[in-house]
Amino acid sequence: MLDRLGRRLGNKAAWSAFWTIAPPYLWLVLFLLLPFVLVLKISLADLKFGIPPYTSLTDLKDEAINLTLHLRGYILLFSDSLYISTYISSLKMAAVTTLWCALIGYPMAYYIARSPDSIRNVLLLAVILPFWTSLLLRVYAWVGILRSDGLLNSVLMAVGVIDAPLEIYRTDWAVYIGLVYAYLPFFILPLYANLVKLDTRLLDAAYDLGAKPWRAFVSITLPLSMPGVIAGAMLVFIPAVGEYVIPELLGGADTLMMGRIMWNEFFTNADWPMASAITVIMVLLLLIPMIIFQVNQKHRYEADRGNV
Amino acid sequence: MSWLKRTAPNDPSPLGRMLALGIGFFFLYVPIATLIVFSFNSSPIMTSWSGFSWRWYEALLNDQALLSAAWLSFKVATLTATAAAIIGTWAGYVLARKGNFKGFSLFVGLVSAPLVIPEVVLGISLLLLFVEMDSIFGWPGERGLFTIWVGHTTFCTAFVTVIVQSRIRDLDRSLEEAALDLGATPLKVFFAVTLPLIAPAIVSGWLLAFTLSLDDVVIASFLSGPGATLLSPEIFSRVRLGLKPEVNALATIFVVVVAIVVVGLNAVQRRQARRGL
Repeated sequence: MLDRLGRRLGNKAAWSAFWTIAPPYLWLVLFLLLPFVLVLKISLADLKFGIPPYTSLTDLKDEAINLTLHLRGYILLFSDSLYISTYISSLKMAAVTTLWCALIGYPMAYYIARSPDSIRNVLLLAVILPFWTSLLLRVYAWVGILRSDGLLNSVLMAVGVIDAPLEIYRTDWAVYIGLVYAYLPFFILPLYANLVKLDTRLLDAAYDLGAKPWRAFVSITLPLSMPGVIAGAMLVFIPAVGEYVIPELLGGADTLMMGRIMWNEFFTNADWPMASAITVIMVLLLLIPMIIFQVNQKHRYEADRGNV
Repeated sequence: MSWLKRTAPNDPSPLGRMLALGIGFFFLYVPIATLIVFSFNSSPIMTSWSGFSWRWYEALLNDQALLSAAWLSFKVATLTATAAAIIGTWAGYVLARKGNFKGFSLFVGLVSAPLVIPEVVLGISLLLLFVEMDSIFGWPGERGLFTIWVGHTTFCTAFVTVIVQSRIRDLDRSLEEAALDLGATPLKVFFAVTLPLIAPAIVSGWLLAFTLSLDDVVIASFLSGPGATLLSPEIFSRVRLGLKPEVNALATIFVVVVAIVVVGLNAVQRRQARRGL
């Protein structure tokens, strides 16, 4: 084995290939893979006072290594209804957010992709520009808009649409608005990249054969754009599940989201094993859509390569 | 307004275009517009306009805590963007050109994980790594600039990688092959041919990493120690308690600087593209 490795590394080309790949790989393994393994490990530890505030899994006693796995975190997770309803609530909020991003983002991506070249770049830049400005500050702006004495209520009351201010700030409604607002560009961009490559000759053919615009859209544009829709939906759904800043700034005390619970277990309760257990279950829950995403991406690359 | 007219039968309807883009862009830009407008409001209440004033900009200039946090954030963001540009370019090159080694799928998974994984997960897991490392090696000890830099670099590298690898995929490979045929070493080819061609992508990756680092609250909160307060966590802890008009002024400065940089870069890239034609 070592001999074979030595022979392979003795080869100059193999060395250069090794040095091309190893450094970025090493960084990712050290700072991304290893930390996840540690989270898994600490989720099986027990809480203790001290630094670090968790027990070690193995100890040497009577010439034997004892491995102690604590399932306290996981048992609590599945027995306490708070955690279960938080998972469900997070998934629901992320799903509704994704749906709204699709409803607002699809028409935008579609019309940008079908705009003349000259203005397409300007429109695209206008979608990307908010990306470059601080999300924190843009979410903060919604606080000023949505408060009961905020901009939205004063405009609506001045116009006479409502008599009493709407209670949006510090409710789930505000969190939905904030999430859709923050993640909308993540939906538009991959979908745009897909739609802009759509072969419009297919549409011409459909029109020649007498299809109405709506029919042509449903039977040609929509199915062909599904990879873009899926890519966009994943980029919205997965990070939205664990979002912390938006529910913290816009949500009420009863807005249940994973990110907040993890944060609280960590900083307020200082229960690191519990926070780790919540993290492990969340990553497992998110792994399924992530695998779908990866497979989908792979198909897309292969389809792209097939076209060339 | 000729672009509003339908020129071919399969063109989308102008009315739908106006409506969809109008609503969408209104939604995206109203919060930014309110920040800018109310940063000049003399009243601290964000609903009533009571006259033009620079008072929030003055308050900002006198806020020492905020200014020193901003300076630290600027340093972290510069270091992060530079490291992320190097590692991300490297990883993007491997992704686009070296896709046939063992463990490639794991590499792809790791590279793209930070794009989707919630920041809380990244923050917690990296904190646990540093705590564990500290108890085994006695290093890195106190969390601060270094630990935040590692966290931000890991998080931002993914974005640079995606940008750079798609640019490398679009490259005309025959240019590099020609250089190889003329006797250049692969390393020389990378620095003399590939790197200049992908430079625009690296620049936009650097800028994106810089902004992401500057903007991050969650990872920085997990990885910072008592001595290092960054701008975003500082703003976050302040606005959690209510509206702070001087933050409007800060946001306006951000928006103006970013708009100038992004629009300027776009103009430069377009001019270069035109010259290229």
